[in-house]
Amino acid sequence: MESSIEVKDLTKKYGDITALDNVNLKVNRGQIFTVIGPNGSGKTTLLRIIAGIEEPTSGEMYFNGVRVDKDSLSDVREKGTMVFQRTALFNTTVQKNIAYGLKLRGYSKKQIEAQVKDALSTVKLEGYEKRWAKKLSGGEQQRVSLAMALALNTELLLLDEPTANLDPKNISIIEETISWVNRERGTTVIMATHNMFQAETLTHRTALLLGGKIMQMGTTQEIFGAPSKDLASFARLENVFSGNSTMLEEGTSVIDVGNGLQIEAPIKQTGKVTLFVRPEDIILSAKPLTSSARNMFRGRVAGISDLGSLVRLRVDAGKEFVVQITKRSFVEMGLNLGSEVYLVFKASSVHVV
Amino acid sequence: METILEITLRSIAISGTATLLSASWGVPIGILLGLERFRGRFIVKGLFNALLGLPTVTLGLLLYLVLSRAGPLGFLHLLYTPLAISIGQSILITPIMVSFVTNSIESVEPEIKDLAKTLGASETQASLAVLRETKSGFLLAITASFSRAIAELGIALMLGRNLVGKTRVLTTFIALTTDTGDFAPAIALGVILLMIVSAVSLTINFLQRHDSWSRA
Repeated sequence: MESSIEVKDLTKKYGDITALDNVNLKVNRGQIFTVIGPNGSGKTTLLRIIAGIEEPTSGEMYFNGVRVDKDSLSDVREKGTMVFQRTALFNTTVQKNIAYGLKLRGYSKKQIEAQVKDALSTVKLEGYEKRWAKKLSGGEQQRVSLAMALALNTELLLLDEPTANLDPKNISIIEETISWVNRERGTTVIMATHNMFQAETLTHRTALLLGGKIMQMGTTQEIFGAPSKDLASFARLENVFSGNSTMLEEGTSVIDVGNGLQIEAPIKQTGKVTLFVRPEDIILSAKPLTSSARNMFRGRVAGISDLGSLVRLRVDAGKEFVVQITKRSFVEMGLNLGSEVYLVFKASSVHVV
Repeated sequence: METILEITLRSIAISGTATLLSASWGVPIGILLGLERFRGRFIVKGLFNALLGLPTVTLGLLLYLVLSRAGPLGFLHLLYTPLAISIGQSILITPIMVSFVTNSIESVEPEIKDLAKTLGASETQASLAVLRETKSGFLLAITASFSRAIAELGIALMLGRNLVGKTRVLTTFIALTTDTGDFAPAIALGVILLMIVSAVSLTINFLQRHDSWSRA
């Protein structure tokens, strides 16, 4: 596959601090590529260098196969756009904010108006043209920022933590827009995030960045199918338990995590292990289930939080589990605090780190 | 006897000229200090900040010595002319002009320049985008400078000498008629001076409410 962006031996130093340490990566055209890592791992610096607004200390970058230097920097800036984590907007109307980049590219007044309208409808802000950009809510401002980039229809879109600190409604609009622009326009997207869930659901390939170094890179399945210790060290994992593992004759193991809970996992390992189960991999049932799933525990609902179309429940089953179900299931099951429920999950849903 | 209107208009003309003169070098210096990062920038900034409280009589004395017949620029015969007052006031208000412009540029979010760049702007276009965000800062610099110029006494007195029909301005007239015990015209001119300064501030306040992008 043709590469959109390729960086070789990229290093960036700020005085004594090394923000990026010999980074090598290749992003294919038309893909969504995620850089995942904790705060301060160098994600933003990497994106800024790719966007052509920061210079690396050493290393090379190729855009569409052409080496990027001072002369071709304007090409990257014209064909790639970055949306910053801290929303930056010009102190004027939404219309003029979005029109800025189009004016630089010499579009006619009519074209500009049409493209502004188009971009606003993509981020579900129809009719916001005359509104004062800086007076909008945080989520709306972030969507305007995204619209500013979308209106330019650039082949490369760089997103720095596009949904950090936003509410579920704004998050889902932004996530839908990202996958739409990639699917419908074939835009290459490079996104920095510390949200593992987002990286997993939206993207084709993922790089794990820790302390300025790429620790792991591969398809999303490769990275998240078997999360490494590096990934688990910062990703906000839920349902993490530790305990003593005993091998079974069937070739799996049972881990005693305390309080009478014995979790079966597809590993052949004895001794102390740490495991996790994703909230969305757990089936919630009102009655005991006869199924192929190897793990079933009885518990009571201890907490409910509404995430819009989804509901997250805390279930006390000796140990506390977080479970995610749809709002519809939640309503149909008539769940309340204290309701008795059964947690069911397959041994293969248990990940050992 | 010259009318109050004449004195008022002369004051506005002299201090207006001083503001224009000062802006012609103060604004570029302010922009340079605000946008560029060079060695010694903080020292230059500190110098202008320190000069904000420059005493008018000290500056007046200094310029008197330079412009007087025996002084280095005495051959220009500028002493006791309106232009001498304008020049003196323009130097007086330069630190105000520079500091206001620099501070307003620095108060623009640093992301604005990056934003312009990633949307396709060149280095120059990105700097212009930053300046556009500071338009109200420029207006404030101009008004604060003009108000300081028209309200000062020391320079107008020492370099103008309150010559009737020539260099008499609002502040020198007020000071000298009060001296002779003639309070009525002094109070009238005092009120006019106050009105000019307030009117300028109000106008700027009104302009600031307008979209700085309206003519973009």
